[in-house]
Amino acid sequence: MKTRARTRWAECFVTLPSLVWLGLLFLVPTVLVFAITFKPATPYGGIGEGWTLETLRTLGNPNYPAIIWRTLRLSMLTTGACILLATPMAYYMARTGEVWRRWLLLLVVLPFWTSSLVRIFAWKVLLHPEGLVKQALVALGLAGPETMLLYNENAVLLVMVYTELPFAILPLYAAADKFDFQLIEAAKDLGATSFRAFRSIFLPGIRVGLLTAFLMVFIPSLGSYVIPDVVGGPTSEMVGNKIAQRTFVDRNLPHAAGLSAILALTVVAPLVAITVLRRKTSPRDALREEGI
Amino acid sequence: MSNFLHFENVSKHYGEVKAVDQVTLTVEQGEIFSLLGPSGCGKTTLLRILAGFEQPDSGRVILGGKDVTDLPPYERKVNTIFQSYALFPHLSVWDNIAFGLKVAKRPRKEINDAVEAILAMIQMEDHAWKKPDQISGGQKQRVAIARALVNKPQVLLLDEPLAALDLKLRQRMLIELDLIHDEVGITFLYVTHDQGEAMSLSDRIAVMRDGKIEQLGTPAEIYEAPRTSFVAAFIGDTNFFDGVVAEPLEKGVVLDGMLSAALDKDYSRLKVEDFPDVECYNDKQIRQGEKVFLSVRPEKFRISREKPEARPHLNIIQGMVEDVIYLGSQTKYWVRVADYQISVIRQHSRFLLDEEPIEWDEQVWLSWHADDGFMMEKYSEQDEALLPAPPDKVGDEVEPEVEAQ
Repeated sequence: MKTRARTRWAECFVTLPSLVWLGLLFLVPTVLVFAITFKPATPYGGIGEGWTLETLRTLGNPNYPAIIWRTLRLSMLTTGACILLATPMAYYMARTGEVWRRWLLLLVVLPFWTSSLVRIFAWKVLLHPEGLVKQALVALGLAGPETMLLYNENAVLLVMVYTELPFAILPLYAAADKFDFQLIEAAKDLGATSFRAFRSIFLPGIRVGLLTAFLMVFIPSLGSYVIPDVVGGPTSEMVGNKIAQRTFVDRNLPHAAGLSAILALTVVAPLVAITVLRRKTSPRDALREEGI
Repeated sequence: MSNFLHFENVSKHYGEVKAVDQVTLTVEQGEIFSLLGPSGCGKTTLLRILAGFEQPDSGRVILGGKDVTDLPPYERKVNTIFQSYALFPHLSVWDNIAFGLKVAKRPRKEINDAVEAILAMIQMEDHAWKKPDQISGGQKQRVAIARALVNKPQVLLLDEPLAALDLKLRQRMLIELDLIHDEVGITFLYVTHDQGEAMSLSDRIAVMRDGKIEQLGTPAEIYEAPRTSFVAAFIGDTNFFDGVVAEPLEKGVVLDGMLSAALDKDYSRLKVEDFPDVECYNDKQIRQGEKVFLSVRPEKFRISREKPEARPHLNIIQGMVEDVIYLGSQTKYWVRVADYQISVIRQHSRFLLDEEPIEWDEQVWLSWHADDGFMMEKYSEQDEALLPAPPDKVGDEVEPEVEAQ
């Protein structure tokens, strides 16, 4: 008993620094953001005295649900596209030879050597009416001369997928690398086709990697602001752009805080719901559910 | 029922290495057939070719009268038990076993009945909803067997299935495998490097080396009548003597204390350097003047202080005990005769009661029947490395370690 108590203490002691860090730099600011939502704005961009529901009332503006829905939709599409592209890539990387694998990993990490801002502007150059991609598409007859590649939702989606793809490949590769590929052989041996083995054995085998990839892509996507700002147009604004606008242009901090709070809640609420639901289902049912 | 499973001139190369080299082999329906050999002998490759995981470079594989050479694994009615079991970690025991039937889209009722029945057979009903990491090694093994057998394969492939288990469990699983085979009657193709497993389980064994089948026969045939020095050394322990075949003995002649019974073509006289002539059964009709190697297994010798009485076909030589290793149920002696250190095993049923045990540095007589020696033409020096070496150096291991795959 004594040793167990001591271990417990040691664990607390070791966890303390990260707890303090998270508490001071994450929890407190989040609570502050939520609190500021209920403060009045001053004309000079400050925060006034007292409490008010004024911000909540303005957030009822029908523009906002549309922007929030667009943000969610673009983030989901980005996440879906990234995982669809990254999973076969991760599978291939895990199965290929040592040399090839190292080169592929290098290629995945290579973009990080340049500032993401520079890479986003590079896309602007490529998609520009005079740009390489546009010219090539016109030459191949795949696009008309008037087709606009830039300043719309598709451009935002394309650049978001490009930017986030490595964050999906890396966790999926890490999971696929640990996957025991003899299980695929075992599945085929039991009569499964390659596709069936991939779906019923490989995907569940890397589910932790899939979840990580989902979070690593979806959450940053929700907060994107530079990409829609640079390659998007007025019809493809995301919540991030609105928050920036309220902060830097309108100097209405409570309003910006309100939008941030809504964004945070849209992420946190489903996660909480999933956790609660998971706890309610018994392990036995969970086992059955995971059956094929 | 013959030609149930047939490999026809099957070859497989990996770069320069011939993993399987022109193998032709027939397995009968319902038998337990073992592929036995050291790691890298091609036994696993041959199994993987049958399972469909490897494509042979040349040759055909016939299963149940049908050429399956070009079929993908999922279209062959064979199932494999992998060395690491390869149970699906995210599925329960129940769902692991049901996997093959679900993939085959069998009716739900049939799946339920089949899984329940086989769970009862392996006595795992209480563990049906556990995940593979919640059950023991022996239980995983049983689940792997059930997962394969529930599909009623034509052949069950077992790839070193007991290698991951400890000795006691391995012995128990061997018996269980045998019982399961009796119950289901499916053909087993068993790959192992462990001669004990192969001997105790198999109806027939193919001993493989360097991608070729060295000898094929029942366990007793392979042990008692090894055709090559490799087989003699790999299966059990033996002693090798090199000699030259001399003319057969005439009837009734006593030579060097050896009494010949008949001018018998079946028996040859063998000249071994610094030995009295030895007599040996010549089943292969090796001609006079040929250089051969004689193999005599340690337990075929009789060791005694007094000179045994001369009898027909009995070889008798004298030597000096250099080492005695007491092993409980038996004692192992290393006896020096001329340039040879002969390994002799003596089983004792009444050890200390009958006589003083034979000790170091004693003069002893060794005798063995001519039928217990085997002459072999095919001999390779390196096969001797498979045998346990005499303990003349400190730190030498007594037991041979056959490398696991």
